[in-house]
Amino acid sequence: MKLPKLKLSGLTAAGVAAALLALAGCGGGSGDEAASGPIDLRMTIWSANAKHTALFDQIAAAYKKDHPEIGKITFESIPYENYTTTLTTQIGGGNVPDLAWILESTAPDFVTSGALAPIDKDADLLPTTTTNWEQDGQLYAYPFSTSPLGVFVNTDLVTAAGRPTPAQQVAAGTWTWDQAIATGAAVQKSGKGGVVVGDFDFKGWDALNSIWAGWGARPWSEDGRTCGFDQPEMVAAMTAIHKMVFTDKAMPGPGVTKDFFAGDAAMVLTQISRAALLEKAKFKWDLVPLPKGPAGEYSVVGQAGIGVLKRGKHVDAAKEFLAYFTNQENSAKLAQFFPPPRKSQLTTDVLAKANPLLKPAQLQSVVIDGIERGDIKTSHVGYAELQQTVRAELDPLWKPDADVKAVMSGVCAKINPLLAK
Amino acid sequence: MTLLADKPAAVADTGPRRAPYWTMRRRDELAGWLMVAPQLAGIVAFVIVPLGLVVWYSLHEWNVLAGTFDFVGGANYEQLASDPRLGPALRATGIFSAGLVVLNLSLALFLAVLLNQKLRGTVVFRTLFFSPVVVTLVAWTIVWGFLLQDNGGVNAFLDLLGIDGPNWLRGSTTAMISVIVVQLFKGVGLNMVLFLAALQGVPAELYEAARIDGASAWARFRQVTLPLISPTILLTSILTIVGSLQVFAQIAVLTQGGPGTSTTVLVYYLYQQAFQFHHFGYGATLSLLLFVIVLALTVLQWRMRKRWVFHES
Repeated sequence: MKLPKLKLSGLTAAGVAAALLALAGCGGGSGDEAASGPIDLRMTIWSANAKHTALFDQIAAAYKKDHPEIGKITFESIPYENYTTTLTTQIGGGNVPDLAWILESTAPDFVTSGALAPIDKDADLLPTTTTNWEQDGQLYAYPFSTSPLGVFVNTDLVTAAGRPTPAQQVAAGTWTWDQAIATGAAVQKSGKGGVVVGDFDFKGWDALNSIWAGWGARPWSEDGRTCGFDQPEMVAAMTAIHKMVFTDKAMPGPGVTKDFFAGDAAMVLTQISRAALLEKAKFKWDLVPLPKGPAGEYSVVGQAGIGVLKRGKHVDAAKEFLAYFTNQENSAKLAQFFPPPRKSQLTTDVLAKANPLLKPAQLQSVVIDGIERGDIKTSHVGYAELQQTVRAELDPLWKPDADVKAVMSGVCAKINPLLAK
Repeated sequence: MTLLADKPAAVADTGPRRAPYWTMRRRDELAGWLMVAPQLAGIVAFVIVPLGLVVWYSLHEWNVLAGTFDFVGGANYEQLASDPRLGPALRATGIFSAGLVVLNLSLALFLAVLLNQKLRGTVVFRTLFFSPVVVTLVAWTIVWGFLLQDNGGVNAFLDLLGIDGPNWLRGSTTAMISVIVVQLFKGVGLNMVLFLAALQGVPAELYEAARIDGASAWARFRQVTLPLISPTILLTSILTIVGSLQVFAQIAVLTQGGPGTSTTVLVYYLYQQAFQFHHFGYGATLSLLLFVIVLALTVLQWRMRKRWVFHES
């Protein structure tokens, strides 16, 4: 049987047509609100916490009551580990959400690329909370979660190890990294973990900013052009961390998992929004500020913003919903999980109502003082590539006999071309 | 003239006779096309069009966030030629593939020969070795991730034997060995079953004849078994090599390409470039490189079959 010949030109045309269709799909919406029918809004979030989503749904339901033009408001949860990758893949595939929760590390990528629509800036927002989300004086995302890092302490383990509790040391003015390391080492001798850095796992190196900021170190200069890993402050901080792991044995080593929230470690350095995990804790716990480092007292703040995607289908409707979602009243509700960026709400009264697990003194010292004086966590344009490159170059550091200075110089050699871009 | 004018119309139109269009041959041809149409449509939609799109994307710089799609010609191919990270990625891919293919085929054949014996309990062992094939890949890898931790199950077992186990996923060599072994145990059952089927197809009289001729067990295996199962060896080697070049989930879950870049194989590297660093055009170029490598290796194996495949049915 003789088959008709398939022409290559026909196939090429099909491929190109499909490509053009795909590209047309990538174009996304243009803020066309005139389309008939109710407007459905979709927001991507990384939290899958049922309490978070219940609150979001409650706010959305209240909004819909007064806005009959709005159909469904969906909060689509994407796992944290792949959050930004999944979000950008959705955008690339033309499935652009109307709103997105954006992590602070990728804020410069989203803001400078022009992916986000500008939004109104409320005068109540603390200036330190909006810096990451602004360009040319215009705000591109609402910094709805501004969460300082603190130290959660398992006081049962600390006391059993014969050490004064961190709260006692804070009161005595002796809460320093030397003391935190001594406490961590004492607890690790019992077989439990000492100091755990949340989300670090010897891969997420940027989580170490909760330590190195105490040495006055930064991964790169303020303008993002000069590498800071080979600077004396960073080398000293990394030497201290290396010693903490391999010599003092105050921090669980690479490949060892100790879950603080399951009662397996003395301390964890993490954001206060994790307090919800301690609701049913079977041990006594406390929250204290980060220990004083050689550079003095310091605070580090993690952030997340909510932005309106410019190529979403309903830009104006999304902006209106965002304004409602983060207004005074709803911001106060959200404060139980996400410390607000509003000056008027950064009081122990407001925060205590929303955070019954935390004492007013903890809220003042860790949250309010932390937000006001804290450095926002590391970010940079092209952050994912920088993150991976630094991770690969830092791997040789996590061995007992590592040459810290040489490793740090190696990191700079690799990331300098990326910083110069 | 009158005669012609009076002639009935049917007779007047008679010229050279046209053959009917729908001949038996044409009907068969159409039926053939209709039967393969669904498969053909699938190949066009899911193989040829995506392949065309990948080529198209490789000629562009696609900034997903900004929404720009700019033609850059051969710039991505120039980057490919000068990319310092490509060499280590290809080396890691080669080490992984070589290690996996050799271990997988050897172990699968060894297990198949053992399970081909008429002994009690072989059904249980066949099920045991085949069961990882049907387990979800990511779940399998996550469990192994826990087992391979410094304070995990593997080192606890070694500790019972008085051996101080290494930190498996943190050393360059041990991380690669770990990834290979995890994939080996996941996939060896499939090749084992294929080998087992091939072994059961070897005529018993050939073994009998060889035995009468005084051939030892090893000689029977080398000169009777291996030649007769060589088509299956070809099939399994192609499948295993192609599969090994496409390894991704194990790397993503267990090592994320580390420590350093020791386990950053080509697929993981192209995933990083495209989906993490948002260099979609360059990612497409890397995927074309992978396609060319897979194609070249498969063609090479297929051509070499005449040298070592004993017979083909």
